[in-house]
Amino acid sequence: MSDATAKIPATIAPPRPAASDRLKFYGIWIAAALALLVLPKLFSSGGSLTTFSLIGISIIFSLSYNILLGQTGMLSFGHAVYYGLGGFLAIHAINIIARNKFAIPLPLVPLVGGAAGLVFAMLLGWVSTRRSGTAFAMISLGVAELVASSALILRTFFGGEAGVSANRTKVLRLFDWSFGPQIQIYYLVAAWTLIAVIAMYALTRTPLGRMCNAVRDNPERVQFVGYDPHIIRYIAFCFSGLFAGIAGALAAINFEIANSAYLGAVQSGTVLFATYIGGVGFFIGPIVGAIFVTLLSLGLSDLTQVWQLYFGLIFIAVVMFAPGGITGLLMMHRPLLKAGTLGQVLPSYLVAFIPTLAMITGLMLGIETIVHFTVNPGEDSHIKAFGIPFDAANPAIWVVAAVLLIGGFMIARRTWARVAASWDDALTTAREKGVAA
Amino acid sequence: MSTAIELRGVEKTFGITSVIRNVNLTVAQGERHALIGPNGAGKSTLFNLISGYMKPSVGSILLRDQVISGLPPFQINRRGLSRSFQVTNVFAKMSVWENLRCAVLWATGHRYAFWKNVDNLPEVRDRTAQILQDINLVSRRDVPAGLLTYAEQRALEIGITIAGGADVILLDEPTAGMSHAETERAVALIRRLTEGRTLLIVEHDMSVVFGLADRISVLVYGQIIASGTPEEIRGNPKVKEAYLGEEAA
Amino acid sequence: MLELIVISTLNGVLYGMLLFLMASGLTVIFSMLGVLNFAHASFYMLGAFFGFQISRWFGFWPALILAPLLAGALGAAVERYGLRHVHKNGHVAELLFTFGLAFAIEEIVQIIWGKSPVDFRVPPLLDFPAFTLFSTNYPAFKIFMLVVSIVIFIGLLVVLKRTRIGLIVQAALTHPHMVGHLGHNVGRIFMLVFGVGTALAAVAGVIAGPALVTQSNMAGLLGPILFVVVVVGGLGSLPGAFIASLLIGLVQTFAVSMNGSLAGAFGPLSPDYAATWLSDIWNVTVAQIAPIMPYLLLVLILIFRPMGLLGTRDT
Repeated sequence: MSDATAKIPATIAPPRPAASDRLKFYGIWIAAALALLVLPKLFSSGGSLTTFSLIGISIIFSLSYNILLGQTGMLSFGHAVYYGLGGFLAIHAINIIARNKFAIPLPLVPLVGGAAGLVFAMLLGWVSTRRSGTAFAMISLGVAELVASSALILRTFFGGEAGVSANRTKVLRLFDWSFGPQIQIYYLVAAWTLIAVIAMYALTRTPLGRMCNAVRDNPERVQFVGYDPHIIRYIAFCFSGLFAGIAGALAAINFEIANSAYLGAVQSGTVLFATYIGGVGFFIGPIVGAIFVTLLSLGLSDLTQVWQLYFGLIFIAVVMFAPGGITGLLMMHRPLLKAGTLGQVLPSYLVAFIPTLAMITGLMLGIETIVHFTVNPGEDSHIKAFGIPFDAANPAIWVVAAVLLIGGFMIARRTWARVAASWDDALTTAREKGVAA
Repeated sequence: MSTAIELRGVEKTFGITSVIRNVNLTVAQGERHALIGPNGAGKSTLFNLISGYMKPSVGSILLRDQVISGLPPFQINRRGLSRSFQVTNVFAKMSVWENLRCAVLWATGHRYAFWKNVDNLPEVRDRTAQILQDINLVSRRDVPAGLLTYAEQRALEIGITIAGGADVILLDEPTAGMSHAETERAVALIRRLTEGRTLLIVEHDMSVVFGLADRISVLVYGQIIASGTPEEIRGNPKVKEAYLGEEAA
Repeated sequence: MLELIVISTLNGVLYGMLLFLMASGLTVIFSMLGVLNFAHASFYMLGAFFGFQISRWFGFWPALILAPLLAGALGAAVERYGLRHVHKNGHVAELLFTFGLAFAIEEIVQIIWGKSPVDFRVPPLLDFPAFTLFSTNYPAFKIFMLVVSIVIFIGLLVVLKRTRIGLIVQAALTHPHMVGHLGHNVGRIFMLVFGVGTALAAVAGVIAGPALVTQSNMAGLLGPILFVVVVVGGLGSLPGAFIASLLIGLVQTFAVSMNGSLAGAFGPLSPDYAATWLSDIWNVTVAQIAPIMPYLLLVLILIFRPMGLLGTRDT
């Protein structure tokens, strides 16, 4: 038995990161910054710049949401409130700055949005965070409805249905940047994204950030190590509001308008979808989710009329089969990759891929055909969904869809069992080789 | 000797059932005090009352002569009283290291700080390492608490309880479900870790109780029927009748 | 004035009973399965649309029976093949599953029936004024709605107090942790409870559909109010849900019929402030803020009684 009063060997605590680890850590951030700088050189079209800007905004918003869901275990159905208020305040700020010719340049306007998000989170959060779990989720929904409905009453401030618009080029110019062209907006968003991501990552490494995780895992025990879970939830909520406000302000700058949709249930739902699909268990999960969902919603809306349905189905599938989201799925393979047993599972993936794809194709064919008859019954039955033309009026389509869907499901079910089995084998082998899961 | 914990006429009723009835109990500073009694006697409820998890229906509880009954658990903890749980109650997804560190943060004054890097706090680091070594889990430092063995989780449970440096410790059946060898190790651990502190322990294993405790109180049907040194308790006819009798038989 | 009070009380009680028809199922499901069914209002909407479709084919009366059965069967299937699968991932995953479901159901309803309101009419048999009060004709269909909800309310009470299933549900309401120890058929009880709960919501949909507007956004409009009801009443408390349903029903109905505003009470605002947000607040009528009344009530309740009116359970 060791002597308790003896000096603690330095090896007990986790090792301090070695110089090479630190270099790697800072290298990642520098690489990210460089990538953001170079990106517009590679994809310079106005469309892709807009897409990048939207992705950046969505990354900040999703990460701010994950401070609640992933870090502190609070499921919010009303996070868009702080995003939207940040947006409205930013638009008003631009107008006020332009009217009074204040010496405030556009890149500082997101701070106004952040402050708005923070202040409203401080006001509304105190009551919301008194409860956790399901009650918190319902309260967040109620508060969101309250704010969204009030926004329609306070027409002078929120501009009613039409919203409030502003001209972002009318504020003080820095270095002759007018912030008219999308490329300049891109760099503005990129810089703020980098700042916000670093800040939110740093937050997870603080005493508060660690206690957020503790509240998520076991709010009861937290009370017996000296902490008030309500206060922890409240501070986390305030930070979340701050960053959501910054995201909303950037969105408002990007579109030069803020309207009631910014505050609405759809916006709250979208950030929840993006964060969860990306994966709440890892810091980069929401980043992955923001990129995936933004691209998906832009891409799918070109391919099919009912893209929102597919969106919902993808979300349900993730909740049912991949609760760790995309990042969780990828991270599952890390021990296999380290142990070199990844090769064991890949063949079973390939086998499972074909019937699963058939099943999904059958489902989509069925949906698109039904959509043709219910949504556009009068139009030509030769429709094109996902770029593939087919004749919806042809009865054979129903048969094909049914065969693909049912047949695919029957076969796919067996292959999934095989995937699970070979995955377990590979993980066991990896564990035997001494790789921790 | 001054008193660490004092219960004055404490009662607890759930609806019409009264679980704790007029309990008066004093635990002196630095004393190891065991609370024994048959199942359902209200031992865990008494712990819940002292630690602030529940509020007494009647009566008051004092910690070092200050009333603590009615305060929320975290304020009682901040005044230097810490408890463990009968059912292991750790932060399952976090590593052993993180679990202990969370228990150290408040006591080291970092509270809700969001401007400090938690990895760069030397006193937090040293103290966490100390506890980790004390509970013999150094080799399991980076394992998520949910994946530990039962005995290891119990050790972590004790570690979290003492990590904040509270000088009044309440342990709720720390050796329940352990093998003989594990129990021996746990008792040695408890003895060592509570050196110089006040300990109130609920325990079923009589060898543990009589080996560890300076004083023992016997709780039967929500009432303390006897309180005294192990010898006094052993010789007390009321205790024999109500409790030890069945064990000895 | 008296006319207003009587009619508003009738309407408020009616609206409250409709809310309770849904809130009761939601509460029982929450108590037993531990999951708040976010898609509960979606089953109300499905009830309305199924009711509309079936009454087109076979008439209103078959629809009143068939639509809830269909929606209930669908609900049971959702529990059996969806929720049960998600259960192991915890309550957040369950809540998210029902959230995704609500989203998908709204999309599907839009695909099948479109975004505009459908023409779901009051059956001719009930399309007459039941009585005339002062000068207002009170439609017979509303009386019918009230009767249906009260009959179901009494039916629920009888089931809860007199049957074995009812005893199990009652036990679950007071001791939610004991549900796991019910025995082997716990899965079937869950499925049944979910099915019946969603069927009740669908009944509300069928009878509310002709009186209100049957449209693909009806779930989105009603859902949040429903959740306010269960939080204000106290999560998991059936009597609490009942009181909160009536309270919100009455508050909202009375608010809608009032035209008072600050401007009405204190005279018009000085023209200096005409273009500021103050004038919005000054001139808004009670009727206009009726939609936000439930949420204001929610915030007030949370400040003064965080657990809800009759709630005892956290989460």
